[in-house]
Amino acid sequence: MARREVVVETRNLSMHFGGVRAVDNVDFELREKELRCLIGPNGAGKSTFFKCLTGQLRPTSGDVVIQDIIMTGRESHEIAGLGVGIKTQVPNLFDGLTAVENLWLSSRRWHGDRRANTLVKETIDRLELGEIRSSIVGSLAHGQRQMVELGMVVAAEPWLVLLDEPAAGMTDEETFKTAELVREINKTSALIVVEHDMNFIRAISDIVTLFHQGSIFMEDKMDVISADPQAREIYLGHKT
Amino acid sequence: MRLYGTFNGTLVIAGLAIIFTLIAPSVFQFFTIITLTQVIGLSILALSLALVWGFGGILCFGQSAFFGIGAYAYSVAAVNIGGSTGSIFIAILAAAIFAAILGYFIFYGKVSDVYLAVITLTVSLILYSLMRRTSGPEYKIGKALLGGFNGTGSPPLNMPGDGSAMLFPMQTFYVSMAILIIAYVFTGWLVTTKFGRVCVSIRENEVRTELLGYDTRLYKLCLFSISSGIAGLGGVLFCVGVTRVTPDVFSLGQSALAIIWVIVGGRMTLIGPILATFVLYFLTSSLGSQQIFNANLVLGIILVVFVLIVPNGVVPTIMNWFERRRAKRYARQKERRMKLRKHRAIG
Repeated sequence: MARREVVVETRNLSMHFGGVRAVDNVDFELREKELRCLIGPNGAGKSTFFKCLTGQLRPTSGDVVIQDIIMTGRESHEIAGLGVGIKTQVPNLFDGLTAVENLWLSSRRWHGDRRANTLVKETIDRLELGEIRSSIVGSLAHGQRQMVELGMVVAAEPWLVLLDEPAAGMTDEETFKTAELVREINKTSALIVVEHDMNFIRAISDIVTLFHQGSIFMEDKMDVISADPQAREIYLGHKT
Repeated sequence: MRLYGTFNGTLVIAGLAIIFTLIAPSVFQFFTIITLTQVIGLSILALSLALVWGFGGILCFGQSAFFGIGAYAYSVAAVNIGGSTGSIFIAILAAAIFAAILGYFIFYGKVSDVYLAVITLTVSLILYSLMRRTSGPEYKIGKALLGGFNGTGSPPLNMPGDGSAMLFPMQTFYVSMAILIIAYVFTGWLVTTKFGRVCVSIRENEVRTELLGYDTRLYKLCLFSISSGIAGLGGVLFCVGVTRVTPDVFSLGQSALAIIWVIVGGRMTLIGPILATFVLYFLTSSLGSQQIFNANLVLGIILVVFVLIVPNGVVPTIMNWFERRRAKRYARQKERRMKLRKHRAIG
């Protein structure tokens, strides 16, 4: 298989909070249309790494390179402006607006009025959001809010998608639906997914990156990682 | 509650305003018509604050700074040019450009909301002190004396292109109403555009808007400038109505009044603050003519009552009430239809 182009790269990326090295010298690569999961125990630095990628945090040192452009320390909107769809850890929605309006705002950033309206309609059908389309999202249940947020990503048709814990707080059925959706998004875009839910990761993922104490511990298929005794120890926190 | 109002609603209200304009001269006394011009100016100030605060979520506590700048810029320009048409545009631009410069430092410096309120209020008070100290013949711009505490005279409006053809008070009223309606329709249209919707989304969740790839700083700056330009336009009509502009336009009282109008009228709407301005202005001025109650005391009580009992303001509360009634009626109809169907099914 021909090597696909690298679309996201970090070089010696570090993020320190005082004396804490939340992210420590991470070299990371994501290729075109790749689907990568980031896993690791709490405090391993996944979310900090994610925030450096999305411009919510300015790294202490090192570089974030997206499509051969150095984006280190740029504003979030500039990174999103490259065509990157971002879903943060806490559901981050326009609580006072309806589901449709939320999707529209995301889609309209990239598409003309008519195309945005079509995309919003398609997304609503695809994610089965029809019933809640006119509900104020602030009043929705947690799982539904997560779905709306995924819908916002889908409706914009980004080429790169960054998801922080998309399945958190979802029911099994919703998790299954999300996994299916993620695989479908992956047909057209590259993805980085930070996740805790092992079943979810097994359902979607090819290569997994395991974070430990701010660094990449290993990068391999999920089966290999689950089979690795040291990785198991890190992840499950067994003290032997 | 629908947050993106429909443009049709705006047009309906604009139509009602045109009817009001046409019948007002036969209903009100001549003196009231003259006063109305000032109030129209103030209501445009309320409209501008409703736009920037209600829709953009930017609590600008010193909206009257731009209002005052508009008033002073108009007076100075009109005295020097000798005509009002160009001076109106100069006033709008002066207010908008001043806001753009101030806003640049606020928004690009990532100053948070509370400080923004403090900064804008302070700017307004600085201008207040500054203009009070401009008494004496050395303080003049071109032919216009600034006049310090007493302020400076504001020339009346005139026919476009003919500086000597002053408008009569009745004509000034018509022009003012036309300007108010245009400003209202413009803001009503603006909030339904992509720009307006993004501004609403910034109010709802700024981080999220940024993560969608919108440069929120730029959007806020544009909204701030546009609203300040509108406030400047309000200042023009106000000083034309009063025939004079004094440093009082920059005072704390003026800034607070604008906030009260918007709260009472309802900050999620554009028409609410305009109506509240008219009602509260005539309420306080009629209270001012008697000695039993202090007008400001009454105004204060009204504000407290609204914040506690009707925090959304009058217009949104009424709109919600109608919406609920309609929803209830719809539910009842649906129920009846269901019953009928069941009946038929049984029969």
